[in-house]
Amino acid sequence: MKQFVIKEFLHIFRDVRSMVILFGMPLVQVLLFGYAITNEVKDVKVSVIDQSYDYASQAVVNKLFASGYFLKGEHISSTSEIEESFRKGENKMVVVIGPDFAGKLETGQQPSIQLIADASDPNTANLLVSYASGIINAYSRELIPAANIPVIVPESRMLYNPSLRSVYMFVPGIITILLMLVSAMMTSISIAREKELGTMEVLLVSPLKPFQIVAGKVMPYVLLSFINAGSILILSYYIFNVPINGSLLLLLGETILFILLALSLGIFISTISNNQQTAMMLSMFALMLPTILLSGFIFPIENMPAVLQWFSLIMPPRWFITIIKSIMLKGSGIEYFWKETLILAGMTLVFILASIKKFKIRLA
Amino acid sequence: MGNNEYVIEAENLVKKFGSFVANDNLTFKVEKGEIFGFLGANGAGKTTAIRILCGLLLPTSGKITVAGQNVYTQTEAIKKQIGYMSQRFSLYEDLTINENFRFYGGIYGMSRIKIKEKTAEMLDRLGIESLKNSIVASLPLGIRQKLSFSVAIMHSPQIVFLDEPTGGVDPITRRQFWELIYEAAAKGITVFVTTHYMDEAEYCNRVSIMVDGRIEALDTPRNLKDKFQAKNMDEVFLKLARKAG
Repeated sequence: MKQFVIKEFLHIFRDVRSMVILFGMPLVQVLLFGYAITNEVKDVKVSVIDQSYDYASQAVVNKLFASGYFLKGEHISSTSEIEESFRKGENKMVVVIGPDFAGKLETGQQPSIQLIADASDPNTANLLVSYASGIINAYSRELIPAANIPVIVPESRMLYNPSLRSVYMFVPGIITILLMLVSAMMTSISIAREKELGTMEVLLVSPLKPFQIVAGKVMPYVLLSFINAGSILILSYYIFNVPINGSLLLLLGETILFILLALSLGIFISTISNNQQTAMMLSMFALMLPTILLSGFIFPIENMPAVLQWFSLIMPPRWFITIIKSIMLKGSGIEYFWKETLILAGMTLVFILASIKKFKIRLA
Repeated sequence: MGNNEYVIEAENLVKKFGSFVANDNLTFKVEKGEIFGFLGANGAGKTTAIRILCGLLLPTSGKITVAGQNVYTQTEAIKKQIGYMSQRFSLYEDLTINENFRFYGGIYGMSRIKIKEKTAEMLDRLGIESLKNSIVASLPLGIRQKLSFSVAIMHSPQIVFLDEPTGGVDPITRRQFWELIYEAAAKGITVFVTTHYMDEAEYCNRVSIMVDGRIEALDTPRNLKDKFQAKNMDEVFLKLARKAG
């Protein structure tokens, strides 16, 4: 058993590819998601066509650029140039202010202001328009005292992530993806490799019990996955200040449960695939894509078509992400997600039983 | 030989996969210290039989004992008594020779000291002491094959099963490989070897020839050649195969 684990570590440490996945990936992913991939709008190029060019229109323009969200884009003098500038790809939005802006304001008419956004990236376009509208609305409220027109202004507060930082959302997702990748994919590939190379047969002929073979193969990955999850937490805590509001012990416990689940999935995949290629493909399509797409990590589950929503119910990552989000961000205890925990435990049991059954059939 | 101590006894061994009969009523006995050749064309059922004897497959019916143990119920005990070298290469290519020995010794429960001793002895025999820290993938096929065999007998099993051990190696290496087999047999290890090289059959004490899942002949190479009036084993085999076809 000890020799087995040593051997397994040797395999991992001698394989450059495994090392990169194990130790490079977490770092790169956290930094990528933390720095580069954000849903926030910052320094986006915006052009202005100001047909009035008076004190009021200039005030609006100044407000926009003072917000920090927008940067002055290329100069456009007429509406006919708008499309051209979008095609070049630099500008993301154009603000068109109609003629006689100040005059209309003073006489109590509706001055016209138009926001034209490049919706080839709909999310950004949406955000840009809502930010800009917000700024313009604020300005108009400044001009017209609230007493004149009763406006309902809802005051919103964002709980658990007050500054709406996307890192908060990504960290639980990355931990989940990486645990899936390391635990499920790497174990399934490493077991499939023994089958492909024929060494599995030699192991089965030896006095080792199948249980020992599997445990020996899996143990190093449990350890490495755990180290991985830990290092992601540390990175995100110190670099991006993602809080861990709940109990760290509980978080680690749930992480171990999820690692076990991912491993049992990996073992199951390896029992149904005979070579590394199949194991890899199966893990990719059966694990990675659903983890990324259906777990609610990137796309909200509530917006999915009903069929996909049902499908996401059987996705282990969905439950795990819910759990770590509530521990890390909301600081809640087990009483709020014992159901999710039970579901994960149940899934683990099912996969382990299925693998044992598959393993036996193969031997008979 | 001739003391009639049998280490493998098979009586009416049958293995069916669905309606396909891979092993049809095989009956044979292998004596202790014997080199027993198990011949047959590809697909004749050799590998199925060897897998049953090693405890990798359960037979459909028949009375079979290996090293005195029942293959239905005592596979765990059998596994401690046997060594196995598969058709495919059984060493880990990304580990060194030493690491491979340590691993295989470890899974057979050998002590560190014993493993060290055995490793030194085996490498000395092959004359490759200096290569002990080389990665296996960097070694020539011939050496790797001999190493696989050394690993299969390092825990001093009663029986070693070799499934087409010399596939793809040159004639000289095959000769050297057979010298290793003889040495093992001289130490009392029973060798059960499958092959489709008929010249190798001449090196066995006794051979059984399988055609379409049945044993068509079982005797010493000399007796078989006399019986079929053949110059060599190749002819014996062709005559048998033709008869069956």
